Amino acid sequence: MSNPYIILPIVFHMAAAVILMFCWFQPRVQKLLSILFSLIGLGISVWLFRLVWHEGFQVTQAGNWDAPFGISFIADTLGSTLGLLSSISLLAVSIFSTVSMREERIKFGYFPTLHFLIMGLQGAFLTADIFNLYVWFEVVIISSFVLLTLGGKKTQLEGALKYVSLNLLASTFFLIGIALVYGLTGSLNLADVAIKIGAVENRGLVNMTAGLFLVAFGIKSALFPMYFWLPASYHTPPAAISAIFAGLLTKVGVYAMVRMFTMVFIGDTFMSITLSGLAALTIISGGLGAIRQQHLGKIFGYLIICHIGFLFAGLGIFTELALVGTIFYLIHDIVVKTNLFIVAGLMNKLTGSPFIKEQGGLYAKYPLLSLLFAIPLFSLVGIPPLSGFWAKVYLIQASFETREFLLVGSIIFGSFLTLWVIAKVWSESFWKDKPEASSSGKPWSTFSTKEKWGILVPIMFLSIVSLYIGLAAENIISLASRIAAELMDPSAYINSILGMK
Amino acid sequence: MEILLVFIIGLLHAGGLYMLLRRSMFKMIIGLILLGNGANLLIFLIGRLVKGKPPVIDEGLKVFADAYADPLPQALVLTAIVIGFGLQSFAIILIKRVYNVLETDDLDELNSTDEEL
Repeated sequence: MSNPYIILPIVFHMAAAVILMFCWFQPRVQKLLSILFSLIGLGISVWLFRLVWHEGFQVTQAGNWDAPFGISFIADTLGSTLGLLSSISLLAVSIFSTVSMREERIKFGYFPTLHFLIMGLQGAFLTADIFNLYVWFEVVIISSFVLLTLGGKKTQLEGALKYVSLNLLASTFFLIGIALVYGLTGSLNLADVAIKIGAVENRGLVNMTAGLFLVAFGIKSALFPMYFWLPASYHTPPAAISAIFAGLLTKVGVYAMVRMFTMVFIGDTFMSITLSGLAALTIISGGLGAIRQQHLGKIFGYLIICHIGFLFAGLGIFTELALVGTIFYLIHDIVVKTNLFIVAGLMNKLTGSPFIKEQGGLYAKYPLLSLLFAIPLFSLVGIPPLSGFWAKVYLIQASFETREFLLVGSIIFGSFLTLWVIAKVWSESFWKDKPEASSSGKPWSTFSTKEKWGILVPIMFLSIVSLYIGLAAENIISLASRIAAELMDPSAYINSILGMK
Repeated sequence: MEILLVFIIGLLHAGGLYMLLRRSMFKMIIGLILLGNGANLLIFLIGRLVKGKPPVIDEGLKVFADAYADPLPQALVLTAIVIGFGLQSFAIILIKRVYNVLETDDLDELNSTDEEL
């Protein structure tokens, strides 16, 4: 159904960022406006999601140029769900930023950049044109470069150099891939390409193009062996920035991967074996990396990599059941990872050190806060009935059905490693006594009331969302099943873009 | 003409990759720029080069009667050049800042974010 208002999330966040830029030197105004805009943005995303859920796909053609000649935007169930999740993360992070972000960073344009980042993400989720997807990716990465380097500490610059150079390389690969797709099919509209790519005779070149996209999105989503930029950079910026990165940036790479590899590059055994193998290696290497680390940010950074493997496992198996698992895990992961990095930021503040060896005694001092922290930590492990559990059930069942026992093994091993790591964090930071020699943190009682609420509200909000995902799993499963069915049979997507009935 | 462009694209990619594999930060960014330009030329070439045939339909006709130059790759290249320019200038400034702060150009010495456990 044609509906020009579906680009509202993009336009709204652009307007928000521009308005915030006019308040450049007024941090207080920026804080209030950012929360207000995030709330409205969430409202728009909810509206779009409900519209798509009840009335089906919404399409608009930019400039009224009919597909495949113009740039099409489509709000399908996957895109609108991810848009909704990014609005949820943005709301939590923008509330958390108002109390945790230092004035200097705000005066260098933290809030406008944050909204530009979300604009890029919303664009990437809504576009149906491969080159347009590239442009939205660039919007996202240039905003993330600014956020990552904001403040200019030594470790930040060093982490940013690794992040920037590898992301530039990924963009170049993406561009080469786009060039080849255009050369092969003469079109860049996803729906049109999906139809035409089947008729291309040179299958070798199609597979090579798929390989280029695999490398480009693999670097962006931290797939083995292209993830080394992630643990080197994600722990360097302040907690609020790490949180939005952890929740959304790698996931947009996964989203692009799911889109391309369910619509354009399908049915190739070699690619599917490659994806399963890389997924297994990502799970194992991410989990093993997390065990070895002592820095809280880096532990969680390696866990991101480990769980990216779960997402790719479903794509590698490529049955409807496996995709249900992947989509469910994606929904769970965005919320939990954002929450996790906010919690990690607060734990650093309370104990005065990011290293788990030097932390301790959190449970004895703050039993109620610890209970709150336990929700994201245990959701991540997937202790039933919390949210991580259900997705893994689907993934393991799907890999048993296709007899991919290597994947079953690595998913179970990965979950075990996650459990081990979280148990280690729990015993070191919460149960153990605080070491005498270590620096003392800032006790909770010295936080002002405003600060307390600014930290607690986002953590509670995200915890409630992840509890909902876990306890009302049947709703999320019906959502994930619908998305998976649409991905397995993209004809509805193609028909609504090309205007066919 | 096309064969010449093919060689130039190959050369730019080879040179870019070689520079990326060097240990110097400065050479790495040169490598990224070369690769980016190689990719831009590739897009330009892949739309098939047609000489002196503007993409304008003759009067009285509904469709193209003859082969015509594809305008889309030029639009794509223009966008890609502008985006690439922005990103590369950001990377150059970043490298200058990193050099000022860490006082080294050697990528092997940039390991403080990896080593601290």
